Amino acid sequence: MKKANTGQKFTGAGMLGYFLRGSRALFLISILSGLVVTFLNVVIPQIISFTVDSVIGDEPSGGIFAFFADLFGGTEHLKSAVWMIALVIVGIAVVMAVFQYCVTYFNTRANQTLMRGMRNKLFAHIQRLPLGWHVTHQTGDIIQRCTTDADVISNFIANQLVPLFRLIIMVVLSLTLMFVMNVWLALIAAAFIPVLIGYSLVFYTKARKSFKKCDEEEGVLSTYAQENLTGVRVVRAFGRERYERDKFEKQNVYYTGLWVRIEKFLALYWTSNDFVAALQCMLLIVVGTVFCLQGSISPGDLVAFISYNTMLMGPVRQLGRIISNMSRAGVSIARIGEIMNADEEEYGVAGTLSGDIEFKNVSFWYEEDKPVLRGVSFKIPEGSTLGVIGGTGSGKSSLMYLLDRLYPVSGGEITIGGVNINDIPPATLRANIGFVLQEGYLYSGTIAENIAMAGENTDDGAIVHAAEAACVDENIRSFASGYQTVVGERGVTLSGGQKQRVSIARTLVRKTPVLIFDDSLSAVDSDTDAAIRARLAREFGNATVILISHRITTVMHADNIVVMENGEVAEQGTSAELIEKGGIYRRIYDMQMSLPDDLKEEVGYGG
Amino acid sequence: MADKIKAKAGKKANKARFFGLSKLWPFLTVYKKMFLSMIVCVILVGIFNTIMPLFQRYAFDHFIAEETLGGIVPFVLLYVLCLLLTMVLDFIASYNCCKLEMYVLRDMRRAAFNHLQTLSVSYFNTNSVGKIHARVMSDTSNISSIISWDVYQGGWNLTYILSAVVIMLVLNPLLALCVIVIIPLVAVVSCYFQRKLTVLNRRVREINSEITGGFNEGITGVETAKTLAVEDKLDRSFFDSTDRMRRQATRLGHHRSLFYTIIAFASSVALALVLWYGGVLTMDAVIELGTLTVFMTYAQGIMSPVQWSVDAIADMITVKVNAERLSTLLETKSDVSDTPEVVEKYGDTFHPKRENWEPLYGDVEFRDVTFKYPDGEEYVLEHFNLKVPQGTNVAIVGETGAGKSTLVNLVCRFFEPTEGRVLIDGRDARERSVQWLHSHIGYVLQTPHLFSGTVRENLLYGKEDATQEELDAAVKSVNADRIIARLENGYDSRVGEGGNTLSTGEKQLLSFARAILADPAIFVLDEATSSIDTLTERLIQDAIEKLMKGRTSFIIAHRLSTIRSADIILVVENGKIVERGKHDELLHARGRYYNLYIKQFREEKVKSI
Repeated sequence: MKKANTGQKFTGAGMLGYFLRGSRALFLISILSGLVVTFLNVVIPQIISFTVDSVIGDEPSGGIFAFFADLFGGTEHLKSAVWMIALVIVGIAVVMAVFQYCVTYFNTRANQTLMRGMRNKLFAHIQRLPLGWHVTHQTGDIIQRCTTDADVISNFIANQLVPLFRLIIMVVLSLTLMFVMNVWLALIAAAFIPVLIGYSLVFYTKARKSFKKCDEEEGVLSTYAQENLTGVRVVRAFGRERYERDKFEKQNVYYTGLWVRIEKFLALYWTSNDFVAALQCMLLIVVGTVFCLQGSISPGDLVAFISYNTMLMGPVRQLGRIISNMSRAGVSIARIGEIMNADEEEYGVAGTLSGDIEFKNVSFWYEEDKPVLRGVSFKIPEGSTLGVIGGTGSGKSSLMYLLDRLYPVSGGEITIGGVNINDIPPATLRANIGFVLQEGYLYSGTIAENIAMAGENTDDGAIVHAAEAACVDENIRSFASGYQTVVGERGVTLSGGQKQRVSIARTLVRKTPVLIFDDSLSAVDSDTDAAIRARLAREFGNATVILISHRITTVMHADNIVVMENGEVAEQGTSAELIEKGGIYRRIYDMQMSLPDDLKEEVGYGG
Repeated sequence: MADKIKAKAGKKANKARFFGLSKLWPFLTVYKKMFLSMIVCVILVGIFNTIMPLFQRYAFDHFIAEETLGGIVPFVLLYVLCLLLTMVLDFIASYNCCKLEMYVLRDMRRAAFNHLQTLSVSYFNTNSVGKIHARVMSDTSNISSIISWDVYQGGWNLTYILSAVVIMLVLNPLLALCVIVIIPLVAVVSCYFQRKLTVLNRRVREINSEITGGFNEGITGVETAKTLAVEDKLDRSFFDSTDRMRRQATRLGHHRSLFYTIIAFASSVALALVLWYGGVLTMDAVIELGTLTVFMTYAQGIMSPVQWSVDAIADMITVKVNAERLSTLLETKSDVSDTPEVVEKYGDTFHPKRENWEPLYGDVEFRDVTFKYPDGEEYVLEHFNLKVPQGTNVAIVGETGAGKSTLVNLVCRFFEPTEGRVLIDGRDARERSVQWLHSHIGYVLQTPHLFSGTVRENLLYGKEDATQEELDAAVKSVNADRIIARLENGYDSRVGEGGNTLSTGEKQLLSFARAILADPAIFVLDEATSSIDTLTERLIQDAIEKLMKGRTSFIIAHRLSTIRSADIILVVENGKIVERGKHDELLHARGRYYNLYIKQFREEKVKSI
């Protein structure tokens, strides 16, 4: 992304602005249409008021209405043609309908554009964050931020911030008109505004905690059900159905009680809120009637006044909730900001790569006091094969992560063709190094798509060829849908060995000059392992190959073998040399190449 | 002929659907009073809400028109009284509605969960956890919210429409027609859009879950993406999803806007009609000004209730699907169940009669057993005979996916033999209750399953009333005491969801301790294949030996030492038992076991470096 490593961090508002690029104009259309609708909304009561007073009643019309009345042939004429007024209302309604449509439609469109942008930016950004960042963040948490928090933000903008303009204008406009009509009556109406807003603000702020608590408790209930289902064999085998029932029952009852209590307050809040609003309306009718009798307001104006009051109360009752929700949006913005403000890797532009690979006194650590690698040195001449063997946690995989610049080297240097890899863009490294992970991720889609994805315009022939080289072609053909078999969550589950071989095929398609197999044959049996290596030697004879394994047969034919122990190179050389030497390699060799004692007897192997 | 059968099946399905809905009644009848008081109150609230404009009318027609304030005090009092009544009634209605929702939800979840406890393992093999979980959690929640809140909504709205229509008809039938003619139009429009929006909504939800899946892939597969340098390609396929989302959701927005606009426009048309015809009537002094304002209020207020009623009714139709799913679950019969006689003597799942339980010694015999999985086509056992005297260790070996768990499933009565019998202590297993058998079996899974909660709670799973001494002894005997010592709160430390704060090896050891506490006569173990560090490996080895000692055991074995020391080894291939005997005999035979043994040996060596 363009933003990479500028070192510049987003503020909350800055990030919103960044996400809003491309949807601002649409939101603006929605807001402006909203203003038109609001104004027209205000006009209708005016017409009704005029009709009631001057057409139906006999009060003289004044100001702008007299002008319009003249346009339609004068008030007297209108008396005999009320349908004209009705027609005007329908006319206004048509215009209002058009703009009302625009309000909702453009708001949705803008919101969806915003969401698309936000999701795309998040996705692309996360893809390009360094591996170190991913290791320190929980998958579930990141997904939560990208989905729930993103929804909160879009909801905030589309359903709260944008309508807020309209609500405020509505409040201001109707209040102004009310004050123009009758100051005292308007004061009575306005007196209720802070009460209602304050009431809902306090309520929603408090209620949110309770709602959260409820959600959490339902989560617990859900977990109980989930664990009961996944552990059904344990439950059955220990005959603990009764215990499970009681556990679920207790939480079920607790959760229910919690909700019922909250809903009681919610019901209390809603009904009392309704009551206060209705009380306000009643006061206006009663006082308005009195004023009407005193002559300080006309009946028509009173009807209009009450209409405006209805328009006023709607928004006022929503304001409290909107304001209290804003804090929630703030939290979500901060959570997404944390992701957006992390620095992306600098990929650079992919070029070619060749030459010998050399590790010179390389060290690596996540935390300084716990080194993973210490002073590792070895050389891999171009086109040769290196075997790396060592136990779990010996640091053999870390070596390759450094070579591919997935992690930065902490000490020493790695060079390729004499150039420090820190000066080679990761794009170049990764375009030239085919790195098969121990547990490569298969993407949802068909097997063919998975194999083809890393190559440039891979055709069917190339896919099959790679699958054959990885000794997985036969397996794939045995599936009912062959290469079109869908893998992943909704498709067939491949065995560990099949997955590994598909991963290998996917890497082979790329035809990279360097190939790394990071324990990526571990779930494959020794015979297949050997067959794959034979194919590699035949077809990728010119490639530099690095084989990492627990299995001695995997590495024993390599040109050079590095034995890793506790993050250090314990010994290196060819298989013959190392056997001769009688060190760790020799020990592993003896152990893995031997037969079990009872079998030796059985086959007369002697001992 | 075939068509006839199909037609019949169709009828049956229809009937089942009908019953699916009627299945809900038992859950509702318990709360008859609550339900009735909600309906009555909501109807009253609807009526009160509708008559409120009449006060305004009275004010205009009486006080203003007649220019008098006489009777304003009783007017205000009555007005306030109505408001208060409305508030109280609405509170009762909505509080009862919420209680109804939550209680029915609770009862349905309880019924579903408890019923699941009585189903055999085969049900869980054929239905995914996700689906069953949705039955218990989401379907129930949909049903209960619809039968409470939608009834409340529908009740209020229909009442409002009805009473407004009645009041208008009483005040002036002809003027009332101006409003009433619009209602069916709005209803038709609502039905049309309702259907359209449901379809679009579903599509949007589908794409939404696709997007969540995309994020999941992008994050879980980030290492792969980087090493393959396919970030741009992944971007493109993700962008494609979000783009489709934008298009579909915008379309949804278009229909929704159109819908709401039409409803609002209909209100305006009704208002215009009332103003026109009502205005004429008022000028002709047929009606008074107050009446006109009442009509204007209804004209503007009645269209949304029409739309909401349609919404509520549409929801009530969709609840059928959820109700069917739930009732299917509740009607599923366990394929491993005790006969009434057995239940009579030994009790059922939730009410075991322990006093009648005989001890279990651990003699197991398969006599002429033929078996086929309920969802399978092939017989995996045919006339199989095997005697396992008390204290015998049986090892079952074979490749992954060869079907090694069949015998274990039969011994545990997770499945019943298709033909033949499994004898426990010389008597058919079906003569005693499932609970009786299960409480004498110790079971350790390949992937150890712990429940969220404390270590203690998990251990007590083996024996509910175990004393601290028993806990200590069990933990020590499987070398799990070092785990307890390491944990901050000892036995009372929380293990997290699925026990995930512990390592696999630790979970394994704790599940051994749990099995030891149960002091089972029969021990069943599915050995782990995952590699564990050497030290823990040795501890586990040690624990297994202790558990096997003196007990009848069935072990799906991967470790050479376990296999070698077994009394009987069964070799399984393609679901069938192909070789059986002792280690030396089988090795000597140079058959499948021989090859398997060498392979296993190599794997173990590779893992041990």
